[in-house]
Amino acid sequence: MEKKRIITRREAIISGLAAMGGLMLPGCSRVGQLPPTYGNILRMGDALTYAAHRSLLPGQSLVREYSHRDITSFPATGTLNPGDPSRHNHSELYAKLHHGDFRNWRLSVEGAVARPGLYSLEDLMRFPSKKQITRHTCEEGWTAIAEWQGVTVRHVLESAGILPSGRYVNFFSFDGWADGIDMVDALHPQTILAYAMNGKQLPVPHGAPVRLRLETQIGYKSMKYLQRMVVTEKFDDHGDAGSIKQGWSWYNGI
Amino acid sequence: MQHSHLSSTGGHSLWVRVCHWLATIAFLLLAFTGIEILMVHPRLYWGETGNDLTPALFELPVSRNYKHQGWTASQAFFKEAGSPVSAGRTYDIFNQNGWGRSLHFLAAWFLVAAGLAYLLLGVFSGHFRRHIVPARKELSRRDLWADIVGHAKLLIPSATGGPQYGLLQKITYAGVVFFALPLMVVTGFSMSPTITATFPFLLDLWGGFQSARTIHFFATIALLLFLFIHLFMVIRSGFRSQFIAMTTGNKYGKEKDHHAP
Repeated sequence: MEKKRIITRREAIISGLAAMGGLMLPGCSRVGQLPPTYGNILRMGDALTYAAHRSLLPGQSLVREYSHRDITSFPATGTLNPGDPSRHNHSELYAKLHHGDFRNWRLSVEGAVARPGLYSLEDLMRFPSKKQITRHTCEEGWTAIAEWQGVTVRHVLESAGILPSGRYVNFFSFDGWADGIDMVDALHPQTILAYAMNGKQLPVPHGAPVRLRLETQIGYKSMKYLQRMVVTEKFDDHGDAGSIKQGWSWYNGI
Repeated sequence: MQHSHLSSTGGHSLWVRVCHWLATIAFLLLAFTGIEILMVHPRLYWGETGNDLTPALFELPVSRNYKHQGWTASQAFFKEAGSPVSAGRTYDIFNQNGWGRSLHFLAAWFLVAAGLAYLLLGVFSGHFRRHIVPARKELSRRDLWADIVGHAKLLIPSATGGPQYGLLQKITYAGVVFFALPLMVVTGFSMSPTITATFPFLLDLWGGFQSARTIHFFATIALLLFLFIHLFMVIRSGFRSQFIAMTTGNKYGKEKDHHAP
């Protein structure tokens, strides 16, 4: 007897799942290199979330922007002043720059760029400025809305002549932190180096003179008190200065 | 006819058992880490924003971060009266969110994977139609009332090791599977800056990030309540046989029938 060709439910489900997998594959090329997991199951979960976000979501979606009347009170947490002499490992350089109203502050842009250089606050302010009223989402669970003004990281990278080999943008702060972001986030139109908050010069507790605003991730990725910005080809966990080795996820879009 | 009769009175099928235990482990980890995450900021709000400098809907006394203290003098952002302010936090808070958040999201992957498999298989196998969603003819006011009275009097039939389920039981399972767990996942997504950038309607659905967080909290309470009642019913109806039935698929009653002298 001739076998009847019928499609069973099970076959339909299996072929459907296989087709979905096939559709997702081309997206995976955007993931690039995954952050290191150190054989730690929690870091594997973080890497899975990162890969899923990068392959399933369009990386350049804009976060919601609010109106001026939506601005809320805004706690300052973590370091409140890197130059405070009562602080362990305080930065004398920062205290000196603060004393001079940051006129002598320079942002060093280095690494995989054609023209490494130092940018003063005035240099950054001469670039086209971007204003955005956005929600800060702290991993602790609280949120606050403020208006930020600055220059896009993208503009600074382009003016420094970013090389095609650059894959990560790393930030170093006066209070001893180092952290990196991938190019999807670095080139995002709302990722800015902010020098003003709510229409005034960025206050010291909020990261003066310049902080990162990375609106697509959780608050602690928006580093305060910027000193250096370094473009690298390889992922760098920054050892003890980075947060990944202390048990915090490198990617925090969730 | 024969086939449908057998499958509707048989024990739990393999995929139901696998999904049940995967979801159980994921849920316990999610609840544990969720409470830890809540302890870091035990204040809940309504709307888009909320923090230590704004009024809370309510505050839970669950960690030393309760009744927050240690702030620098607040400074107004604008000249107008009632302007939003900023203040600096000067004390070290309890914060174990490094592993807490990562374990929460890892467990969430397992819940989503088990949940999707369960929903797909439940629709295509007819499990939902036959065992979970109450049939229209079952839903009479009299039967519902009788089932409520039976439960109130703790008249709990002994374990059958699988479907068919009672009317209240079906309604409860349907509520967990089709409402509470999906609500957890979607309110969870609504707290992700990357996901809400792509799908901003998630914020409008609840009225903002903090509303989603508060609903996430109450849905957790509802699911924990379900867990306790579920456990109570399992114990009252025969813990051992119910546990064996959900783990091995052996239907207690059927086995007894076959081997009875």
